[in-house]
Amino acid sequence: MLSDIALYGAIETGLIYGLVAFGIYISFRVLDFPDLTVDGSFPLGAAVAAMLILAGWNPWIATGAAILAGMAAGAVTALLNVKLNILNLLASILTMIALYSVNLRIMGRPNVALLTEETVLTPWYDLGLAYHQVPVVLFVIVVLVSLILLWRFMKSETGLAMRATGANARMARAQGIATGGMIVLGVALSNGLVGLAGALFAQSQGAADVTMGVGVIVIGLASLIGGEAVITPSTVVRALIACVAGAIIYRLAIAFALNAEFLGLQSQDLNLITAVLVTLAIVLPGVRTSVAAKLTRKKA
Amino acid sequence: MISATDLRLTFGKGTPLENPALRGMSLTVNQGEFVTVIGSNGAGKSTFLNALAGEVMVDSGKIIVDNQDVTKLPTHKRAGRVARVFQDPLAGTCEGLTIEENLALAIKRGQRRGLTAAVKKEYMERFRSSLSSLKLGLENRLGDKMGLLSGGQRQAVSLLMASLTPSAILLLDEHTAALDPKTAAFVLELTTQIIEEQKLTALMVTHSMKQALEVGDRTVMLHQGEVVFDIEGEKREGLEVKDLLGLFEKQRGLEIDDDSLLLD
Repeated sequence: MLSDIALYGAIETGLIYGLVAFGIYISFRVLDFPDLTVDGSFPLGAAVAAMLILAGWNPWIATGAAILAGMAAGAVTALLNVKLNILNLLASILTMIALYSVNLRIMGRPNVALLTEETVLTPWYDLGLAYHQVPVVLFVIVVLVSLILLWRFMKSETGLAMRATGANARMARAQGIATGGMIVLGVALSNGLVGLAGALFAQSQGAADVTMGVGVIVIGLASLIGGEAVITPSTVVRALIACVAGAIIYRLAIAFALNAEFLGLQSQDLNLITAVLVTLAIVLPGVRTSVAAKLTRKKA
Repeated sequence: MISATDLRLTFGKGTPLENPALRGMSLTVNQGEFVTVIGSNGAGKSTFLNALAGEVMVDSGKIIVDNQDVTKLPTHKRAGRVARVFQDPLAGTCEGLTIEENLALAIKRGQRRGLTAAVKKEYMERFRSSLSSLKLGLENRLGDKMGLLSGGQRQAVSLLMASLTPSAILLLDEHTAALDPKTAAFVLELTTQIIEEQKLTALMVTHSMKQALEVGDRTVMLHQGEVVFDIEGEKREGLEVKDLLGLFEKQRGLEIDDDSLLLD
């Protein structure tokens, strides 16, 4: 069984990846824009927040700056696609690669420690909660607020225009929607959320590292697809809840897999397990329908 | 009012597939007129409509809508004046959105979109009453996903969406061609009804000469990217398909070889 600390740790990272999954939901699902920028904007958020905190800024303002940095990165990807007609996937890879240099420049070295600094979590340790519970409580609040804001936005006139852009761009244009502008706004919003996730991750782990973004896109996708398998995303709010649920389930699954000694897995197997889980999440719904189809055919 | 002057457009310029789609198209549609446009495959009907809507940019010529030169404006900047129904019944609506969300998108056509809720209570009365005019029972299914509707139902809703806010011109691009005959007749009847009731200015492209003569009050025939004839009023009364063919042959000294124009 998992220890309390491992359990809370899994939920804590799950909540952070829930924010990443929100971002990926906007790009992959709402806009139909496969965006890999997140592998760069996650450490970007971490780097910006870490350096500003080290420079003595209020940690919440530093976190806000991380969101803006993430949004800027997303906007670059979207503009490469919309204005210069670079294929969306390629545009995002270009930004992601560029961000590696940018992140090293921002930090001035490959990693920065925050262990002794005041972070957004610091005041919460005085509330009398167990040490490992504090991040979970704060991140639940952040995720809930983000979920509600995002849900309201998707139901707004602009949000609806964004959803139409991804679903049927020709129709959206005919309704007077500037589809290019919507793509820029959406991809920026998406990476802003990922920047927020990176900033919170750095503060809860006590460090920002230039390589911490590797594979974030896959984990986010795993959360999104896994969540959709558990909660059918028939409405916006269900899709958003599925993102968080998927991220937490994913982290718990990883924690159990690494804890189950009979499997003999070690932490370096993480990426392999992730790839297997994503493959299963993608393939299983299809298998389920084809099995169901076979069964009904037999009956008939 | 909408006027197109000497529109020229060549696809694939300088390639072996060079295709002059518009070769000096000129047409003026007056306020309140309902013009039907016919022509064989490749006559430039769809390209002309796409040029008016802004989906393709012409090489030369001028497009004026309500006294404003829109020749260089992209689709979304013309959308406030130009309403449109596509040939593909699935193209005019978003299947992942609900009926009310689709209508809410259309009620804001060409206007600024803000951060207030898209589907507003004050729209509901209007949505319900316009949907009930379709007599499809959709007024009770506002929260249903568009994807649950049939092609004909979706085309009827597209038509409704195009007429929800005022426009200088309504473009109908063979919007009944992809429907079965019964549904096509229903959508066509709905079209004439909406155009009459709201006194809309409309341009309807059709593949059927019969349809072109039956509805509307003016008929234009395109051939090889220009207008070959343009008839209205008394001259058009009582005209039949064979008269149209005669007219065409006289004008061009050509025989129509496109069977699909003669069928139905």
